[in-house]
Amino acid sequence: MSKDNWKEKFSKLKERDINFSNLSKIKINPLYTPDDNKDLDYDKDLNYPGEYPYTRGVQSTMYRGRLWTMRQFSGFGTPKDTNNRYKYLLKHGQTGLSVAFDFPTLYGKDSDDPFAQGEVGKCGVAIDTLRDMEILFDGIPLEKISTSMTINPPAAMLLAMYIVVGEKQGVPKEVLTGTIQNDMLKEYQAQKTWIYPPEPSMRIITDILEYCTENVPKWNTISISGYHIREAGSTALQELAFTLANGYTYVDYGIKAGLPVDTFAPRLSFFFNSHLDFFVEIAKYRAARRIWAKLMKDKYHAQNPKSYLVRFHTQTAGCSLTAQQPENNIIRTAFQGLAAVLGGTQSLHTNSMDETYALPTEKAVKIALRTQQLIAYETGAANTIDPLGGSYYVEALTDKLEKLTFEYFDKIETLGGVVPAIEKGFFQREISRSAYEYQKALEKKEKYHVGVNIFEEKENVEIDLLKIPEEVELDQKKSLKKVKEERNNSKVKKTLIKLREAAENGENLMPRILDCVREYATLGEMCGTLKEVFGIYKEPIIF
Amino acid sequence: MELLQRFLKGEKPAIARVITKIENGTDPKLLEDIFPHTGNAYYIGITGPPGAGKSSLVNAMVPKLLENNKKVGIIAVDPTSPFSGGALLGDRIRMNDLALNENVFIRSMATRGSLGGLASKTKDVALVLDAAGFDYVLIETVGVGQVELDIAQVCDTTVVTLVPESGDAIQAMKAGILEVADILVVNKGDRTGADRLIMEMKFAFELRVHNSDWHYPILKTTAIENIGIDELVSTIKSHKEYLEKSGKLETERKNKLVIRVNELIEEKIKTHLHEYVIDQKQLKKMIDKAYERKITPHYIIDEIAKKIF
Amino acid sequence: MEKKIRILIGKPGLDGHDRGAKVIAAALRDAGFEVIYTGLHQLSESIVEAAIQEDVDIVGLSILSGAHMTIFPKILKLLKQKNAEHIIVIGGGIIPEEDIKKLIQMGVKRIFTPGAPTNEIVDYINSIIH
Repeated sequence: MSKDNWKEKFSKLKERDINFSNLSKIKINPLYTPDDNKDLDYDKDLNYPGEYPYTRGVQSTMYRGRLWTMRQFSGFGTPKDTNNRYKYLLKHGQTGLSVAFDFPTLYGKDSDDPFAQGEVGKCGVAIDTLRDMEILFDGIPLEKISTSMTINPPAAMLLAMYIVVGEKQGVPKEVLTGTIQNDMLKEYQAQKTWIYPPEPSMRIITDILEYCTENVPKWNTISISGYHIREAGSTALQELAFTLANGYTYVDYGIKAGLPVDTFAPRLSFFFNSHLDFFVEIAKYRAARRIWAKLMKDKYHAQNPKSYLVRFHTQTAGCSLTAQQPENNIIRTAFQGLAAVLGGTQSLHTNSMDETYALPTEKAVKIALRTQQLIAYETGAANTIDPLGGSYYVEALTDKLEKLTFEYFDKIETLGGVVPAIEKGFFQREISRSAYEYQKALEKKEKYHVGVNIFEEKENVEIDLLKIPEEVELDQKKSLKKVKEERNNSKVKKTLIKLREAAENGENLMPRILDCVREYATLGEMCGTLKEVFGIYKEPIIF
Repeated sequence: MELLQRFLKGEKPAIARVITKIENGTDPKLLEDIFPHTGNAYYIGITGPPGAGKSSLVNAMVPKLLENNKKVGIIAVDPTSPFSGGALLGDRIRMNDLALNENVFIRSMATRGSLGGLASKTKDVALVLDAAGFDYVLIETVGVGQVELDIAQVCDTTVVTLVPESGDAIQAMKAGILEVADILVVNKGDRTGADRLIMEMKFAFELRVHNSDWHYPILKTTAIENIGIDELVSTIKSHKEYLEKSGKLETERKNKLVIRVNELIEEKIKTHLHEYVIDQKQLKKMIDKAYERKITPHYIIDEIAKKIF
Repeated sequence: MEKKIRILIGKPGLDGHDRGAKVIAAALRDAGFEVIYTGLHQLSESIVEAAIQEDVDIVGLSILSGAHMTIFPKILKLLKQKNAEHIIVIGGGIIPEEDIKKLIQMGVKRIFTPGAPTNEIVDYINSIIH
């Protein structure tokens, strides 16, 4: 039967009455055939796993060699509470740690700051000083575990604390492995956790790049994150385009600071979302690898193939979870986790079913971890590399996303690059508009969300929830007070003055921050010192 | 009357409520009650194209105006959506530093957009703040049209704010907005193009400077970094002094009152016409006919005029 | 000129998740309300002061950080202190059922949880104001 024949038959039949476009507003054809992959050149566009342009994966063995790292993001209450949760997760087969900090910590404020009231230990673990970090990793050997820390404006301080905990455990910084998020650009665009204006933030980031290249060579210095861009409401396409644009902006700044591209680019990693639209997500990861490899090779002339790689962590989409029929979230998350694996992720966090209500309970987080283990050990999805490579549909989508991403790059460049585009509110506006359009599409039932606008039930949701006791804040304040009494306050002051001088005269901040940390200076003291020099960021008004 | 007493004592909830009543037009008597208490504030207009950093400028200026225990009332005007009649008012975001100062009052207003709406209501709300005892009343508007020229008619000093990127917008506005500027500010002055813009504006101002005792200064500021703000505030104050010494403050305020009264007359007549004289359905039919070239627009006017004269 | 419903949408505390607040703000504007948006990272004191000066009918707070049991009571207390109890407080965010019940008892009029359609919120506001 010819294609025309099929088309004729198809056109006579009635389609379901929904909008067949994905969340990136890319129109989806009823069928994909070799016609849609006409220009595809296997060697040039796909090639073998571990070979340029890495469309099929960054390693030649992929999951046939080693499974992805199962890394559940977690943290709540006091450092002791979280330390217990880590030990629980490690016991149940988790292979890496991922620290969630509470809002005051994320924002560089101490637990006794007026802004911290009611927030201490709620959305993550509270860290004020090195003492808290010592408790957090008590009994966890840092040479055996890789740790990811979701921290941005105070990333330098938390990394410094981790390094000093290592020192105290007798683990040299050269062998430490892990990641700090340290991606400020997406904060201004999407997640809105900021302290200083963009330029000083970029300076801190390049200081970290420089320091780690020499001293903590196995550390991933920036986790360039699309996750939050997506959670703030972007489409998959915007997530892809903005993340990679942020990525090359960090490369630009690194080069501007005098670092040869191949010294730091191999330590850049990525962090993507996995949302509802299964195939688009898979195509997104494949496109990301190909686009980045091309950029690094053609635009930045990197020589080291490691500079070409998009190594990435994936988290399933928190914003896709529903408060209604929360058990459905287990299934949603399973599909999203599977998409990440089919897309070749290096590590994965699967969300828990109860997260539209509170931080997950132990039981919920175990089910989420088991979901990954099911994908790994039962489905066979990990048995062959890039199993959807060559799918007419997935290849066509991958191409399309790549093309549209380069169009976004052009648009960003006409605005003067990423930082000026942030100042002009470009990303913020793009993201808010997508979020609003998605909400309207749901309400007009052009898109469905089970339990929300289709198959709704009148229900009384009854699930167990994790409760953070109010005493956490008091306990944390108490232990902070104790640290402040026990430390050598005049030494603290001296190290803070040195930090301030370094901020003013442009010297690398990392060694100074390490000195402050060793003296048990608080996070708020260190960030406050830098704030005096760098100023604070003010949000532009954008809808 | 309890509300009025609390208002005159300067209680913020009462001031807020009086503004609401004036804005909604639900209590016409109220304006009469407060009017005798007006005439003490100095009115400053801040206008300019979207994105010129007007709110940031206000945020930076106000602390200087507050010196010597002065009080500042701010009206931030944003457009109403012509489609829904709703509005998103976000200027407070930029004025956060002032939010908790007890000598500051900030009110966001939407243009709402019925006949004579924006300008007229804003002017009345400015009177409310005047009566409430604020020494300075700042009116911040997005300057792209007639409405802002109108606002300038109640302000003693009008500051027009531009940014280097304004580009084409300036061209469009040169004719209108710059006419009302007593002081021109090039904000975000650290960006490329700022000096060129200043040169261009100097040229545009040449004729006016020539014909006036006021020198129409052009200032460079970077509001978010507090640069150039001292100079701006002292320039506003010297404009005030200039108006006072030359006697112009008196004559201009009288002038403005004339304009205001005429405006209210027009408004009243318009409203009356549309509500009581013109049959809107019939008008629509006639317009349709005019569109089909069956009658002339002038004929329509004559038909309406017959009902009045 | 007709009376307009005025609503303040606030993001108290440190959490930067403003997607919901902004979507709601835009939806309320499109429903014909006048919406005052305070921006991120607001102290409760600033929110209450803004609500009073703007003479809003309703304050809507979006809290996704888990600090709701601290912030809502504080806002209610401040409104009371400033004789502005007539201002209705509603909210939205990641808030467990058990806490919702307590907050309603304290005087929060209504809490919307994730997934609430914007038209439900619009209808609700129209129903309590008119």
